[in-house]
Amino acid sequence: MFSIIKKRETFLLVIFALAIILIPLVVKNKYYIIVMNVVGLNTIVVVGLNLLIGFAGQISLGHAAFYGLGAYLSAILTTTYGFPPWPTIVLAMIVTGMVAYFVGYPSLKLKGHYLVMATLGFSIIVNIFMGELDQITGGPSGFPGIPHLSIGRLVFDNDFKNFYLIWTFAFFCILASLNLVNSRVGRALKAIDGSEIAANTLGVDTDRYKVKVFVLSAMFASLAGSLYAHYIVFISPRNFDFYYSIQVVTMVIVGGMGSVWGAFFGASLLTVLSEILHVTEKFNIIANGVILTLVLIFLPEGVAVGLFSLYQRRKISSLIVPPQKN
Amino acid sequence: MDFSQQISQYVISGLTIGAIYALVALGYNIVHNATGIVNFVQGEFVTLGGMMMYTYYTIFKIPLLFSFFLSVATVTFIGALIERGPIRVAKSKAIIILVFITIGLSSTIRGTALLIWGPDNMPIPSFSGEKVIRVMGAAILPQHLWIFAITIGVVIFLQYFFHRTLVGKAMRATAFNRRAASLVGINVNHMILLSFAMSGGLGAIGGIIIAPITTTSYDTGIMLSLKGFSAAILGGYGNSTGAILGGLILGVLESLGAGLISSKFKNALAFFILLLVLFFKPTGLLGHGEADRV
Repeated sequence: MFSIIKKRETFLLVIFALAIILIPLVVKNKYYIIVMNVVGLNTIVVVGLNLLIGFAGQISLGHAAFYGLGAYLSAILTTTYGFPPWPTIVLAMIVTGMVAYFVGYPSLKLKGHYLVMATLGFSIIVNIFMGELDQITGGPSGFPGIPHLSIGRLVFDNDFKNFYLIWTFAFFCILASLNLVNSRVGRALKAIDGSEIAANTLGVDTDRYKVKVFVLSAMFASLAGSLYAHYIVFISPRNFDFYYSIQVVTMVIVGGMGSVWGAFFGASLLTVLSEILHVTEKFNIIANGVILTLVLIFLPEGVAVGLFSLYQRRKISSLIVPPQKN
Repeated sequence: MDFSQQISQYVISGLTIGAIYALVALGYNIVHNATGIVNFVQGEFVTLGGMMMYTYYTIFKIPLLFSFFLSVATVTFIGALIERGPIRVAKSKAIIILVFITIGLSSTIRGTALLIWGPDNMPIPSFSGEKVIRVMGAAILPQHLWIFAITIGVVIFLQYFFHRTLVGKAMRATAFNRRAASLVGINVNHMILLSFAMSGGLGAIGGIIIAPITTTSYDTGIMLSLKGFSAAILGGYGNSTGAILGGLILGVLESLGAGLISSKFKNALAFFILLLVLFFKPTGLLGHGEADRV
């Protein structure tokens, strides 16, 4: 399984896994754990979205809807209809994946950025339905009383237990992404991002790959949504609005498009930041906008990569004797 | 009120809101034609138009006509600033990056508007009273007439500008082929600047003339602009006649749908239409060729 992952990445993965195991043993502050759980959920969404933006070069402004579909499907099916939670998570992922296929397939066949419009329109429709189908979804006031997940006797009913649950999934999502990126599919996706026509002439079925990665990223979001619903046990349409879509896109960009670890970095940085700014929602909108704009203008490769390459360039330019001006 | 009266009432209010969608759609088209990007700041232009009008007219008591032009000028200037600043300075000129920059800017402006004007809805008085006029049983407010008149005026002006003036023709040339345009001596950068400024002005006009009917707040722009965007797609992205047609059709369908079927999903209708158009006729009603399948 690890064979196609580079050594450095294996090392990072081991450290990452150790951190997941150790953090709840060291950190006793419940609030920090809650924030980290939110980071974990966002990481799952962002890692998937990063595959789409960074590797297939396509924009989705609809991931809030897929996140929401996962959450609402899990919530409604388990709470109202008594479905068993674990299989329902898988079912929700499959349904969300199918929905994503129907949204993505026609728009990804088109040249240009039609996916951004289709996903945007789709996510607004989903959000309106969440609010208006109040008989099923609980309407704008939300859906309460969702059961916690459990394995045998172990019920994931507090923040520390959920930490392990969420981060285990986040770990496997990162692992799966790394595998994908370093595989034949990953190389095909990179080729699409480089030049779609070139990739096409080399025998890469570009349409199919783009649709596949879009569906996959939607399924990641659905998984995160289901975990969210079973963790917080209450969901409302406000958690899945247009604003969330922009937030996850910002995380991908801040982390650096096309970098799996960057996605984790972006999710952590912005979740913590928005938590700090949470005092008032007013500043949240501005802060997200300003960060997104500044990063894109000055560090379009992402914060980590961008700062590193700035540093490198400075080091190199200090070695070169500047040319004489006349 | 009998059925036909109801219908004409819905059509009138549909055309009113449709006119705003059309103005927004035109704004999207102008920037798209010049740069190839979807300018998500368009919605904030609408918001700012309404807010500036509120500030100048309601707070500073500047006479209506001056307030109107002052507001449009301010937002036009902001549009130009956006091009001169973030879009011009951006290190990467990749379309995907520029689109995201406009998304970031739109949040920034919306957040700023929230800080300056607060979260409440601001009323703006009608341009000329509230006396209802009855036409074929439908009640028309003077403001409706203002909206129609101003929109028609703007459309005629744009038509004249793009087809009869040198600058307008240069803008069309830039939209058609940027490289060729610069080879014949057109300053493409100026044309892009102008396109942002104009879309700012158009958005502002939309925001100002609808405000007396719907009131205005820091986030009015979002829905109006997203629907205006759907209108642009419906009409055929990049096509100005299509934008107007798309806006009016969308407005009327929405109003009829809300009135006759259910107002619950009124806001969803525009986006259903958007998806249907993208899936079945991505070139829109009047577009041609732009959405080629490779």
